[in-house]
Amino acid sequence: MSLGPGLRYLPAVASLKLDIEACTGCGTCVEVCPHAVFDISDRKASIKDLDACMECGACSRNCPARALAVSAGVGCAQAIFNSMLTGGPPDCGCGSDQGSSCCS
Amino acid sequence: MIEPVLTAPPPTGWDALRGVLSRWGLGRNRYRVKPGLYGLGSPGPDAPVLVTANYKLSFDAVRRAMAGRDLWLLVLDTVGINVWCAAGKGTFGTDELVIRVRSVGLGDKVRHRVLILPQLGAVGVAGFEVAKRTGFKVVYGPVRVEALPAFLDRGMKALPEMRRVAFPLSERLMLAPLEFLQALRYFAVFLGLAAVWTLGRGGSASDLASAAWPLLGSVVAGTVVVPGLLPWVPFRSFALKGWLVGLAWAGFVCWAKPAGLRMAGGQLLLLPAVSAFLALNFTGASTFTSQNGVNREIGLFARPMAASALAGAVLLILHGVRR
Ligand code: SF4
Ligand code: SF4
Repeated sequence: MSLGPGLRYLPAVASLKLDIEACTGCGTCVEVCPHAVFDISDRKASIKDLDACMECGACSRNCPARALAVSAGVGCAQAIFNSMLTGGPPDCGCGSDQGSSCCS
Repeated sequence: MIEPVLTAPPPTGWDALRGVLSRWGLGRNRYRVKPGLYGLGSPGPDAPVLVTANYKLSFDAVRRAMAGRDLWLLVLDTVGINVWCAAGKGTFGTDELVIRVRSVGLGDKVRHRVLILPQLGAVGVAGFEVAKRTGFKVVYGPVRVEALPAFLDRGMKALPEMRRVAFPLSERLMLAPLEFLQALRYFAVFLGLAAVWTLGRGGSASDLASAAWPLLGSVVAGTVVVPGLLPWVPFRSFALKGWLVGLAWAGFVCWAKPAGLRMAGGQLLLLPAVSAFLALNFTGASTFTSQNGVNREIGLFARPMAASALAGAVLLILHGVRR
């Protein structure tokens, strides 16, 4: 594991879905995923490590065949608390560029 | 109108210092460079085009990594936010990239048709759409800018490890001071209330200190110990990690300063809950937590945490009143 042992998040929560019919095996998802979630064999992608998915949305945004779906968002408790208070979408304070949060 | 090619003075030591300060939320908040096309070295029509954010630190990191090479640097307007964060917000996005490619007249500056983006930019940019709209093919470079020279030298092929996001100790410890400083704001409020309460009832400054240090410790547990020891603290849930370290701390407090059952109960209920909450907040700084995962944690633990903290606070106040 690239993150090293111990740096794994909750199992069986990621919302990532692959439509294997639509997949053309182009390999873009393998390229953009920062957590090595995908594998390609026989010109089809497969999800080999779902629990590593951080729901960043890079794969679904870049899949030319639109074969991937994920509810992309920030894995950031403060953002989610804020959105509960304001009713808006979860948005981390990193807009103020403090380097903290979802994004440093 | 085609915008002119921009130049920027070389980064100085002062820039680096301001960068560190801005990362910690000190000094000027947004630290930007002008968006547009920059030439590093003396790029010709075959020089590669790298794309980055107009956050000064990102910009300087690319310049530092690519020192001595000739290339084009296309800087998008992300309102001074780094690539990953801006991509999440959509400012480092398809539309901005397309507009910028056109406004700088990139098609006339270079003969090739390739844009090299940081891999994490893929969160906001749809490469195939950029290709459709501009004729430029998007190639995603490595996650870390330090690997860029190797990526280019290998003919724009990334090794698998260049594609992975890591979260090493050094990075976690870089973030810990910020987490701690942010939590200190809440602690300051507590200290103010506790001071009014203690001194108002004829207590001394040392009474105040003895009320404050256990809580300060639980803040350190949640903002420094958990981030630092992240892989080694049991549980995957950040809240549970924080709770466990906080519980160990509360146990230590009770052992070091025994003061009756009510006091012990109060500490054991309040301190771990505070650490748990702060550790949960560290999900925002981590590089591998998902929104659904954090939602799950909040659903499971927010209420028990709040109830435990409240019960603990009540017990501690009772202890204070009855003394
Ligand atoms: S990007 Fe889409 S089409 Fe390409 S391999 Fe991945 S899932 Fe299949
Ligand atoms: S959402 Fe992000 S982390 Fe999850 S599979 Fe897609 S690219 Fe990888």
